[in-house]
Amino acid sequence: MAVTKVVMPKLSEAMESGKIIKWLKREGDRIQGGDVLAEVETDKADVEMEAFGAGVLRKILVHAGEKVPVGTLIGLIAEPGEDIAAWLAGAAAPAAAPQPVTPPPPSAPEPVAPAKVAPAEAARVKASPLARKIAAQAGVDLRVLQGSGPGGRIVRRDVEGARTGVAAAPTAAPAAPGVEFEDVPLSQMRGAIAKRMPLAKAPVPHFYVTSEIAMDRAWELREELNLLEGQPKISVNDLVVRACALALLRHPGVNAAFQGESIRVFHRVHVGIAVALDEGLITPVLRDCHAKSLAQIAVESRDLAERARARKLRAQELSGATFSISNLGMYDVAEFSAIINPPEGAILAVASVRRVPVVTDAGLGVGRRMAVTLSCDHRVMDGAMGARFLQDVKRLLEEPLRLLV
Amino acid sequence: MAVMTYREALNLALREEMRRDPSVFVIGEEVGLYEGAYKVTQGLLREFGPRRVVDTPIAESGFTGVGIGAAMTGLRPVVEMMTFNFALVAVDQIVNTAAKIRYMSGGQYHVPIVIRGPGGPAAQLGAQHSQSMESYFYHVPGLKVVRPTTPMDAKGLLKSAIRDDDPVIFIESETLYNVKGDVPEDPDFLIPLGQAIVRREGTDVTVIAYMGMCYRAMEVAEELAAEGISVEIVDPRTLRPMDTESIIGSVRKTHRAVVVEAGAGFAGMGSEIAAFITERAFDDLDAPVERVTGANAPMPYARNLEKLKTPSKDRIAAAVRRVCYANGG
Repeated sequence: MAVTKVVMPKLSEAMESGKIIKWLKREGDRIQGGDVLAEVETDKADVEMEAFGAGVLRKILVHAGEKVPVGTLIGLIAEPGEDIAAWLAGAAAPAAAPQPVTPPPPSAPEPVAPAKVAPAEAARVKASPLARKIAAQAGVDLRVLQGSGPGGRIVRRDVEGARTGVAAAPTAAPAAPGVEFEDVPLSQMRGAIAKRMPLAKAPVPHFYVTSEIAMDRAWELREELNLLEGQPKISVNDLVVRACALALLRHPGVNAAFQGESIRVFHRVHVGIAVALDEGLITPVLRDCHAKSLAQIAVESRDLAERARARKLRAQELSGATFSISNLGMYDVAEFSAIINPPEGAILAVASVRRVPVVTDAGLGVGRRMAVTLSCDHRVMDGAMGARFLQDVKRLLEEPLRLLV
Repeated sequence: MAVMTYREALNLALREEMRRDPSVFVIGEEVGLYEGAYKVTQGLLREFGPRRVVDTPIAESGFTGVGIGAAMTGLRPVVEMMTFNFALVAVDQIVNTAAKIRYMSGGQYHVPIVIRGPGGPAAQLGAQHSQSMESYFYHVPGLKVVRPTTPMDAKGLLKSAIRDDDPVIFIESETLYNVKGDVPEDPDFLIPLGQAIVRREGTDVTVIAYMGMCYRAMEVAEELAAEGISVEIVDPRTLRPMDTESIIGSVRKTHRAVVVEAGAGFAGMGSEIAAFITERAFDDLDAPVERVTGANAPMPYARNLEKLKTPSKDRIAAAVRRVCYANGG
């Protein structure tokens, strides 16, 4: 019988180390191939780590909360009678350990060495040909997937759907009195955001167009809709998603991506909706918004947001957006701007609906106003195009019955 | 259908073809009185007499040449190599004459010869007698190369080889002569050259293997089934011409391939198969094609080293797990 080494798997291109959130099996438990051994925190999600090989979980070498480099031996699966001393000796002092007296049985799977990714190579997506084909057919953007193959290679199962585990909410210890600061290690998600944002901001020439939208009628319409029995509750964001989808159909130049030698203009509208999490944010994609009613948008975006917070999104729900919306309306925000999520061409930052003094024909009155700021990729579009799109969004929201027809 | 050994199946094929066609004759070292070093020609001298079962001196180049000449003038010789390693002495006859005379004579001559005998690793036969000889021949245009894995294939393919109008290299194995299996007794039973067979159906990975490696792969497939990996095994049976369609078809289904060969890996059959899979099924691959081959070294005599040189079940299983990404990444 074989001794099966359990190593920290490399679950994405950027992943260099992983943290054990918790072990779901204890030493002495009998393991079948495919059993979930532990939950591992990666840069994108918490992933269940499956067992390869059957036997008894003889030894846990890396305990919950510990972070180790990819490829590190974290446990051993073997039959009860099997001598694992040689393996343990090797694991304890990998550099200085003498040759084990008992040679390891040849049946053991080969150790997975952490793949070195050269800096110049880091941007290249490694994917199996089959994964590329399936991704192209499904409209999945490989760049945002995490590969589970060797060296972070994206393979079929990554495209077809990565299962995500439940997040263990990290709780920051309260600062001790008298201490001036503390260095909080980056969570995997924070680390991923830190790595990607400069690549999203610096190489993409952003410009911004801001507009103020009178939301009085949209507000009334929403209240009226929400009184209807048996209908899902509609949020302001649902109205914005619907308005953007309709406006993007009329302004395909905004629903577009820079391709180097060409501009890809999308005929369908897939909207990425930014969802805030405790340790970062994630942007699930609501597909085919142009073809969905307000009620559909409301139901599906709520489902996406809830599963995003529970970290239960499937991989394909995290890629393929043609346009994004970031809404900080719930935080009483006057106005803000957002960073484009490449390769998308634009993102709309939506502020709060605020009651403000407005000038009316009768003099001074009170109105509901909402500021929106469109961040545009100047390589794809110019100011006038962005402004015309925004004008249409404004018109759709100010004459909100247009959202229903 | 009868159960018989691989050796008996070969013997039956020779007997049936010699009865059917008086131009078929057997020639080689010890094929007559001694009835073959591995007893494949048992009883043939008694039934067909010394004109059709010809004992020769130890002179492979000479008696291969006799066979080629006989074939060019209308007979159908079956030349036995006591082990196929000895065919190295006759390579000039085989490569420069048998394989080329049809081309160089503009089709005036053809060479319906079968050169057969055991090859590949066996049990402590040493560096010179354990070579996977097919690789020396399947490179040559004009030769057909057969490696029959089962008794049924041994009979059906040898009969097709004898009836073929071009030279066929037919390499058996010392380790398979005693393997038993179902063999059709019908004297018209033939297996066409150039037809692969799916030995085991599966969905996750295609393993291409022949001869002893095929049996080994079958055992690995059973073991991996317990881990939830479903292995399909394709046996090419004829290495040249190869049934690429069957292999490509299987890979398009499973998206992964592992080639197992007993011989050394460099420029081996695994390389060839991996290359055409990549050329023709690239977009269907979810992992690189893996080769599990004999070590790039002469075959050691010592039993423990001999085992190390030859692809083990563990190495085959590890490769299958790797292409299935079932190894922790």
